Amino acid sequence: METILEIKNVSKAYQSANHELTVLDNINFSINKGDTVAITGPSGSGKTTLLGLCAGLDRATSGSVTLNNIALDNLNEDQRAAVRNQYVGFIFQNFQLLPTLTALENVMVPLELRGAKNIKATAMTLLDKVGLADRSHHYPVQLSGGEQQRVSLARAFSNQPALLFADEPTGNLDAETSEKVIKLLFDLNKDAGTTLVIVTHDLELAARTNRIIKIKGGIIIADESPKYV
Amino acid sequence: MSKSAFNQPISVAWLFKMAWRDSRKNRSRLFLFISSIVLGIAALVAVYSFKDNLQRDIDSQAKELAGADLIVESRRPLEKARQKMLAQLGDDRAEERIFASMLYFIKGEGSRLVQIKALQGKYPFYGKIETSPAAAATQFQSGRNALVDQTLMLQFNAKVGDSVKVGALNFKIAGILNKAPGQTGIQATIAPTVFIPLIYLEKTGLTQIGSRITYRFYYQYLNDSELEKTLKKIEAPFEKEGLDIETVASKKESTGRSFRDMSRFLALAGFIALLLGCIGVGSAIHVYIQEKLSTIATLRCLGLKARAAFLIYLIQISCIGLIGAVLGAALGTAIQFLLPVVLKDFLPIEISMQISWLAVAQGVALGLLISILFALPSLLAVRKISPLNAIRASFESATAKRDPLKWLVYVLMILFVFGFTYLQMKSMAQSIAFTIAILIAFLLLMAFSKGLMFLAKKFLPLSWSYLWRQGFANLYRPNNQTLMLTVSIGLSTAFICTLFFVQAILINRVTLSSSANQPNTILFDIQNTQKDDLNKLTKSYKLPLMNQVPVITMRIEQINGKTLAKDTSNANAFRGEIRATYQDSLTAAEKITDGEWIGKVESDTAPIYISLEQGYAKRLKVKLKDKIVFNVQGTLITTAVGSFREVNWGRMQTNFRVVFPTGVLEDAPQFHVLMTRIPSKEVSAKYQGAVVRKFPNVSVIDLDLVLELIDELLSKIGFVIRFMAGFSMATGWIVLLSAVLTSKNQRIKESILLRTLGASGKQVLIINAIEYFFLGVLAAGAGLILSISGSWLLAKYSFDATFTPPLVPILVLFSIVVGLVVITGVLSTRNILNQPPLKILRNEG
Ligand SMILES: Nc1ncnc2c1ncn2[C@@H]1O[C@H](COP(=O)(O)OP(=O)(O)OP(=O)(O)O)[C@@H](O)[C@H]1O
Ligand SMILES: [Mg+2]
Repeated sequence: METILEIKNVSKAYQSANHELTVLDNINFSINKGDTVAITGPSGSGKTTLLGLCAGLDRATSGSVTLNNIALDNLNEDQRAAVRNQYVGFIFQNFQLLPTLTALENVMVPLELRGAKNIKATAMTLLDKVGLADRSHHYPVQLSGGEQQRVSLARAFSNQPALLFADEPTGNLDAETSEKVIKLLFDLNKDAGTTLVIVTHDLELAARTNRIIKIKGGIIIADESPKYV
Repeated sequence: MSKSAFNQPISVAWLFKMAWRDSRKNRSRLFLFISSIVLGIAALVAVYSFKDNLQRDIDSQAKELAGADLIVESRRPLEKARQKMLAQLGDDRAEERIFASMLYFIKGEGSRLVQIKALQGKYPFYGKIETSPAAAATQFQSGRNALVDQTLMLQFNAKVGDSVKVGALNFKIAGILNKAPGQTGIQATIAPTVFIPLIYLEKTGLTQIGSRITYRFYYQYLNDSELEKTLKKIEAPFEKEGLDIETVASKKESTGRSFRDMSRFLALAGFIALLLGCIGVGSAIHVYIQEKLSTIATLRCLGLKARAAFLIYLIQISCIGLIGAVLGAALGTAIQFLLPVVLKDFLPIEISMQISWLAVAQGVALGLLISILFALPSLLAVRKISPLNAIRASFESATAKRDPLKWLVYVLMILFVFGFTYLQMKSMAQSIAFTIAILIAFLLLMAFSKGLMFLAKKFLPLSWSYLWRQGFANLYRPNNQTLMLTVSIGLSTAFICTLFFVQAILINRVTLSSSANQPNTILFDIQNTQKDDLNKLTKSYKLPLMNQVPVITMRIEQINGKTLAKDTSNANAFRGEIRATYQDSLTAAEKITDGEWIGKVESDTAPIYISLEQGYAKRLKVKLKDKIVFNVQGTLITTAVGSFREVNWGRMQTNFRVVFPTGVLEDAPQFHVLMTRIPSKEVSAKYQGAVVRKFPNVSVIDLDLVLELIDELLSKIGFVIRFMAGFSMATGWIVLLSAVLTSKNQRIKESILLRTLGASGKQVLIINAIEYFFLGVLAAGAGLILSISGSWLLAKYSFDATFTPPLVPILVLFSIVVGLVVITGVLSTRNILNQPPLKILRNEG
């Protein structure tokens, strides 16, 4: 199995006024291509922090993060941005659609950034897949939360990322809508063969992945692969 | 992976597209930001266009301005040989004597000091003396006629055909003088002109010693090379004799120069409006970028590079800045047509206003530059926004991180202010002073506002009612606009008040002297033989003889053995006439600052120690004990500098730069000056009439009239200043409006929250009103304090006057500013309350 994400001895500490707050303490794990992984843990345990480090949004205090064989620690901000655009997709708890762009344009942005061809057609196909082709010219404020998250799914898959990160993708949605979005997420994932890393409280969602990493107080307390058990 | 993915160039077209898309829901707001600079740009473009038009018209009308190809002027009578030579120059020539004298209107028995121009010849050779009837301009020389300035005609209710008396001679008014060549409305008001034919001058009896006469010779040259030749020949000897030469070119130059000063002042006034606008733009963009935080963070997550994010917003701001600049330039081009109307009394020529594309281009470039420069601190912060903000709400504010480039931008801003000022003033010292003054005002207001927020936070009185506390607390809550509103409201208040105060100081200064028991009438050119008779006449009108001094005119011949020919470094000292007096003791207005005052020269051989006014001594570059030789109408008198005096020029009395001791000048040709106080206009008219009839050569200055003139002049200048200050006021208001509307988004949530917590719409409104009330009071107060201290300093060190802040106008100004702030604030937040919360929440993104 090919490794797509490798976390080695990663620690993260925040320097506050007079003392150091260690949020992540010597974390080690690696994720194989095509895996679906859930990171769970109580609030404040460091899940979002870890996700940020994995995706190259932040720098670790110590340790190394290797994404698709690229050591992120040696890259500057702009180089990491390029890596994100090439290999990484995001789904956010609060959707983070660009409010001044239409649904279609939101999906197009990663492709445009990359300088891809046939952008509009690709984006429309994706919007169609999430069932929002007829809403393509609506702005985020004109969409419901669930619809917004579906646009956000389309956007995340638009650049065919090698790795998709999702932080509480259903955190802002009701149970029924959550269910729809989760189904869509896994369907799209299966089609694209993307590696999926989901941070979630939702045990049902976690159960659908084939690996669950539990953290607490900044350390991994369990790393199980229920489907293989 | 391929390395190229890291360095993939981002297409410029896409950046523009993104900038366009991103501006979608913000265009009206962006436009509001930029409207702060529109008026400043408009003011500058108007002034620049006006300057261009003026310059062009001066160039094309210079001949009419001068009226002749060559003008020779002398302030003293000419030697025979020189007269003969002058009578032969040019293809055509005219001659003029100019002096001050009383004009007496026979019918109305009114009299006033005027400027007499005794003219002979066809002057002006270019342009014309404008009279009604028009023919009078040329025909008046054919008889004992006069052309009388229109203001005089009005003042004394005179008609063409009436008689006036100049000296001993009566003249018939042949026409009303509307405009002499190159004369401005202001000049005509201050020193109204009367033309008489030169041939009658002798018979008026006014050409005796004591009268100051300027001799002018006008020449027409049909051939330029002939003029060049003449100029070459006469320049050096004329310079030596103290004869002034003026040509069309030099007239063009000097007129241009005086108007450059005026347009510099106007441009600076416009620049202050622009600076205020910039502060507004800068802080509005700051808030705007703060609101874009999450968008930018998301784009960064999706792989947008920091520089590209920066460029997107730079493009946005540049485009909107360009629109603002173009609008400003268009508005300025329209406004420029008002300037000739505003300035009409100060202009010597008719201005034909045209669109100046150069001015428009300058304005647009300036607008673009300034909007980018002042948006840059916020724009630079865009580069530092971390993608983490997308997964962690309000992880940090957009500007939290330190950035050395930002300091570079601040330095650039200061350099820009300095550079622009320097381009206007062309004086290093003045530009530095102006920049520092602006910087100090800015920093003081900033410190004030910071201090205010600190105090509000620390000492918020808990005993206040909830509404008051909440309104007050709004001043320092996160993302407040207190700083920028205090600065912009404070600066515009300070600017406008300072203009107002300075005008008040100037008017105060002159009215002060007319008050109480100060003299209000000065009689001069009194001959030795007339002195006693005039005193008798004055006493018969029951008027006091308040200050009576002899005046002797003289020139400096040598300083420490050097004459003008040898000492070119100090040429000015040797030019012109000095009016000196002699006295045995100092007056109350004089104080010795150095040396010793000696009141009497005992013997013919004793050294003569004179006293110099200290400022004058500095200009002459002389020290105590230096030797000065004076030429007293032919007689050389050697003196030594005995003392320096400080003179209180504010006191209304005759003051002199040079004071001799008694025992030297008693027999020199001299005239006397008499001061008196006349209680009423009627007595004054009667007394003046009597003086003019009996002593036609004696001139009477009516200080009350002078004061009226100065008042009129100041109010005309004041009008121009207020016109320019208007741009700043309007800009200040737009900045306020833009700031209030900008912070609207931040207020919405809170207002709705308050309402859901049970506050009524009215209560929310009151909280806002209270906040703006505090803000207005404190900002306007700070601005007032700033301008009062500034005016006080100006009064003390620049005008040598006292300044007592005028209480009522201050209160009125203060209330107006505060009222405006509250009304603007409340009105623009009111509509939030009338909208359903859901709509607001959805729009908020
Ligand atoms: N910038 C920061 N400075 C200081 N401490 C921080 C910072 N960011 C996060 N923390 C701390 O790090 C810890 C982990 O935060 P993180 O957001 O990763 O938790 P989480 O597991 O995602 O929690 P939740 O489930 O509530 O989202 C928390 O205690 C938080 O207070
Ligand atoms: Mg979290």
